[in-house]
Amino acid sequence: MRSVISVYVENKYGVLTRVAGLFMRRGFNIDSLTVGETENPAYSRMTITMNGDDYAREQLVNQLKKLHNVKRVKVLESETSVERELMLIKVRSTPENRSEVMAAAEIYRAKIIDYNTDAMCVEVTGEPSKIKAFIEVMKPLGILEMCRTGAVALERGDNTIDR
Amino acid sequence: METAKGRQMTGAQIVVETLIEQGVTDVFGYPGGQVLNLYDELYKASDRINHVLTAHEQGASHAADGYSRVTGKVGVVIATSGPGATNLVTGIATAMLDSIPLVAITGNVPTTLIGRDSFQEINIAGVTIPITKHNYFVTDVKELADTIREAFQIAKSGRPGPVLIDIPKDVQVAECTYIPQPVVPFAPQDEAGDDLIDRAVELINQAQRPYIYIGGGAAGIGMTKEIMAMAEKIDGYIGCSFMGLSALANSYDRFLGMQGMHGHYASSMANNEADLIIGVGVRFSDRATGNTAKYARNAKIIQLDTDLAEINKNIPVDLGIIGEIQSSFNRILERCAKTEHPAWRQQVEALKAEEQHIADEAERAAGDAMTPKKIFDVINEIKDDDTIIATDVGQHQMWTAQYVDFGRTRRFASSGGLGTMGYGLGAAIGAQIATGDRTVLITGDGSFGMNLNELATAVSYNTPIVIVLMNNGVLGMVRQWQTLFYGQRYSNTVLNRKTDFVKLAEAFGARGARAANIDEFRAAFTEAMAHDGPTVIDTLIDMDEFVLPMLPPGGSIDDMITTKGG
Repeated sequence: MRSVISVYVENKYGVLTRVAGLFMRRGFNIDSLTVGETENPAYSRMTITMNGDDYAREQLVNQLKKLHNVKRVKVLESETSVERELMLIKVRSTPENRSEVMAAAEIYRAKIIDYNTDAMCVEVTGEPSKIKAFIEVMKPLGILEMCRTGAVALERGDNTIDR
Repeated sequence: METAKGRQMTGAQIVVETLIEQGVTDVFGYPGGQVLNLYDELYKASDRINHVLTAHEQGASHAADGYSRVTGKVGVVIATSGPGATNLVTGIATAMLDSIPLVAITGNVPTTLIGRDSFQEINIAGVTIPITKHNYFVTDVKELADTIREAFQIAKSGRPGPVLIDIPKDVQVAECTYIPQPVVPFAPQDEAGDDLIDRAVELINQAQRPYIYIGGGAAGIGMTKEIMAMAEKIDGYIGCSFMGLSALANSYDRFLGMQGMHGHYASSMANNEADLIIGVGVRFSDRATGNTAKYARNAKIIQLDTDLAEINKNIPVDLGIIGEIQSSFNRILERCAKTEHPAWRQQVEALKAEEQHIADEAERAAGDAMTPKKIFDVINEIKDDDTIIATDVGQHQMWTAQYVDFGRTRRFASSGGLGTMGYGLGAAIGAQIATGDRTVLITGDGSFGMNLNELATAVSYNTPIVIVLMNNGVLGMVRQWQTLFYGQRYSNTVLNRKTDFVKLAEAFGARGARAANIDEFRAAFTEAMAHDGPTVIDTLIDMDEFVLPMLPPGGSIDDMITTKGG
């Protein structure tokens, strides 16, 4: 079962290590972790996606809450939250595949952000399933390298991590 | 310079002043290059704060831990950077696993040298992240006082634990204004909801065979009276985990003692036969439960804890109650009905009789041999309720858990969760210095060999510590496993060393004695208990003594071994 967990942390010494170390120590497998500043520069927000049963999720949430620099932890349900991920993907550019890449980019509402005669770099934003689908389309065309940010997510409506 | 509010001070001065402000009277430690400034200030403040110098930083960390276990106060340990700091690691981890409040203060190289692999530089904050409740690397002297204050709060509040503060040398030298502050009381933890308390009461009122299972979370806050009152009211019995020992006097007839891998027969059996287990500050560790799938199959489980992550962690429970343990417990106690369970009483009394029978048979078979049981009978007879018992780790520790009569709470220092061999002597020193009370260290020749250098400390401070060294020439607990599960292949557990522990004690300036039979032990122990300094009693026991009963690792109550023959 996939879970998305939002964690509001103080921007203090070693906070990322503390959170990341917790996963290793407790044997949790996480799929992605993103971290960035919030509207308040004293705090950062992490979005963690993981696969595991209810036990693993409950333990992860409870153990996170025990870290001194962690101020809020919230599990985001897919029905009541929005989730996005950004990917940069570089594919080989040949006279044969160029138009196919450009067509796919248009259909997926992706952007070509770098282009020369040898390679194209495409920026794709969307839900993880869309990113995954785009990768599948690009595979036969020759992926040179790619980079994903991992998911970020917020609740819908005026709900915040505070309530 | 003095202002109306505060005084200009160096970081090192601020550390000492803030420690005093937090009520610290004793610290344990070992000086070194990056804490010279701090030690200079400790020297100047020696009339207000007592520093105990150990032989090794590990010993200091265990001493601070022992100090905390018997007083409930936060233990404080100081070490220099690099190896000084890494030598604390085992002590900090020991405190973490047993939820002991500790503040460890380390020096580090100046901030300008950080990250350059400078001499004696180690990122101790990084090293100790997994074994501290929280830790700090202080880079600004202005944050120092508040950091120390917060460290004490974190160490002691909720579920206690160790906190480390790493202070680079230039931060100890830098100055700022220090403003004294009163100690802030902890923000109380949220109380458990009434619905949960009522649900617990309902489960208790429905139960026919209740078993109150207490752990370190209860023992540490002295809930003796409440626990006894609950047992009387609901006509139940009480058992404990290793960390719950010393919460109740063994003489109390509803107390069955420790349950689990080496628990008392009656306690483990009653735990298994109960229809309701009320866990109070216990974490259902693997040593207590054995095979979790078969643990307490007949029982509903209520778990009271202050730490939300403990609920359902090791054992799925029927009802988890998070909040301040004592207050949750008292609310349940108040509301539950007074009941009688004569059938349960009969059942448990039969188990107790069975346990007594097994013990009697074992002693009869042993004849005149100096069995652990006989040794502890003498110790129990001569010690009083204030005597502190410390142990190392191994067979002697389990015998202590099984046989020692604890007269009252906070008289026990032993490494439960981490199982740290070499813990005992440092802890005994810390506990003795904390209380001024006579301390008995039960140890083995394996454990004692790990940190016996602290005998120098025990002698320097003339601490009345009686060291009962149960010497069997082998690593007895590992040997027991090798006997039972490894075809008697005694790989590296036969020590057979030529150490003369009597001479060794004398060389350190302590007294030494040897006991080859129980009469000699009685004489040596009696004399040692009257001596005002440390004594080592080299107590010779058989290498094939077993700790029984035993639940094999991963086994269940059905696999219990009660006699040497199986």
